[in-house]
Amino acid sequence: MATWLSENSLLLGLALLDGLAYAALVFMVAVGLNLVFGVLRIVNVAHGSLFAIGAYTAASIGLFFASRGLPAWMGYVALVLAAVAVGAVLGPLIERLLLRRIYGHEDVLQLLVTFALFMILEDVQKLVWGVQPVSQDAPLRFLGTVDIPFGDDVIPFTAYQLFVLPGIALATLIALAWFLRRTLTGRVIVAVTTDKEAATAMGIDAARIMLLTFSFGAGLAALGGALASPTTALVPGIGAQTIVLSFAVVATAGLGQIEGAALTALMIGLGRSIAVYFAPEFEVVVPYLIMVAVLLVRPQGLFGVIETRRV
Amino acid sequence: MKREPLLAALGAFALIACAWAVPWLKFILTIALAKGIAVLGILLLLRAGQVSFGHSMFLALGAYTVAFMAPTEPEVLLLLPAAALVATGFGLVIGLFLVRYRDIFFGMLNLAFAMVLYSLLEKLYAITKGTDGIRVAGLTFAGTQPERPVQEWVMFGIALGLAILFGLLVSVYLASPMGRALAGIKTRETRLEFMGVPARRVLLFAYVLSALMGGVGGALVAMTTRHVTPQIAYWTASGELVFIAILGGAGSALGPFLGATAFELVRVYAAAAVAEAWQMILGAVLLVVILFAPGGVWGLLSRRWRA
Repeated sequence: MATWLSENSLLLGLALLDGLAYAALVFMVAVGLNLVFGVLRIVNVAHGSLFAIGAYTAASIGLFFASRGLPAWMGYVALVLAAVAVGAVLGPLIERLLLRRIYGHEDVLQLLVTFALFMILEDVQKLVWGVQPVSQDAPLRFLGTVDIPFGDDVIPFTAYQLFVLPGIALATLIALAWFLRRTLTGRVIVAVTTDKEAATAMGIDAARIMLLTFSFGAGLAALGGALASPTTALVPGIGAQTIVLSFAVVATAGLGQIEGAALTALMIGLGRSIAVYFAPEFEVVVPYLIMVAVLLVRPQGLFGVIETRRV
Repeated sequence: MKREPLLAALGAFALIACAWAVPWLKFILTIALAKGIAVLGILLLLRAGQVSFGHSMFLALGAYTVAFMAPTEPEVLLLLPAAALVATGFGLVIGLFLVRYRDIFFGMLNLAFAMVLYSLLEKLYAITKGTDGIRVAGLTFAGTQPERPVQEWVMFGIALGLAILFGLLVSVYLASPMGRALAGIKTRETRLEFMGVPARRVLLFAYVLSALMGGVGGALVAMTTRHVTPQIAYWTASGELVFIAILGGAGSALGPFLGATAFELVRVYAAAAVAEAWQMILGAVLLVVILFAPGGVWGLLSRRWRA
């Protein structure tokens, strides 16, 4: 074991760094999914598509900025613009036109409606951006690389993936926890999550809170996608991959947990990237193995609370 | 309800007539029947208020069983039960885990399992030949290897026979106490358990039966198309099965076949013209059916007859 570790320390180091950056992205998507579920009681199967559309939008805006000869740091503006645009346009559109019709309906119906939306958005994305890989790495190149000493070796790693991604994820985690627990709007959201009827009776406009939360969650997914766009070539199918992976995170952590989702994202992100380096065939399998293993022992998730059953 | 056997017989005759009048339709109708059998499984789960977004995995298991075994054992009459057995076995193991979950968990865990299977089929190139897929050739029927046109008729006949068999089986099952209990899982599971009905076992039985039918459907698809690729396990394939179930309506065992035939016929003409937007059209139709015609095509038709 010790010799194996020293022989593979370089690969292991890369896997840890990659896993951290990846976990940051997964967390951004999973936490939005979680928040939306808490308030709307709908698990949005199309959440992954919002991630994909956010990524493509960011790439398009970034490439447009670059073609106009704007400075490289504008690439970061492009990322934020994309997230805000998707959250502010698609969020209200989907909530008002579609989700509002199915609140409180049978679960299977809600699932099917968001699944239908997922099918539609996947093709919309293909129609707009085509099936050829799209990539832009201006934000990545802007910050350059950092040399990380790892045992006897030195790993050059992009500063973007080392600092920006985990930094933003951590900031999101802290800001969200503060927002939900310390601000009025945040507390109202928690109130609607806990008991919608009682909250409405207290004079809270639940419909508005739902619209707000969904758009915010959509924006978070899009931000996750936008942040991911410089690190990878965008191809059709990333939406499906993302929703299943972030659902795996949410299910493993337990629905409604924010800090738990962060820890689980880290666990699953690291597990996946270790698989990428040491057993690439099983890259896709590892997150689900972790999930299945956790759910077998704790069906309500690692940090989930057991709910009383309706009689 | 008395109309169903009559309608089934009429439908079967209509299919045979179509296949006879337009020979190239035989292939499409065989695929439609095969998918209809798989969709019967989705219908069982829908009765319990559950939807599987990963049912394509059982079709893939059936199809790859045929592809792997065909070189050594080309006998269709043996391959079909073998495929059913493999799918049933996996269905039992996965089902034991899955029946602990409901609703979104049930749907998404199915999707997760299917994605795992898809990626393994795609990446383990040495075994599965990856996205190139495996050709299925030299099948024999009861020891004989008939000419191509005859063989197409035989496959069509087998698919039709199995469709009728499984349709009957599902009708009988849904009318039995076990089948009735599925509706109880949908409305109020706790009450079901208060009455002494083991809800998980009821759902597990339905799940394993649906896996079996998925395996048979997949085996039939593999034998008809003669080429198996990982695409059969992809989420879009699962999405199509769910689509067919909703389109046909969950009200009757005839629904899946009605839905599958309509789906495959439309696809022949539409998919080529709008290949890029195919999923989008499916999604839009799915939304319209769910929001405006919750009983599916079958529900629309039977409402009209009753009125």
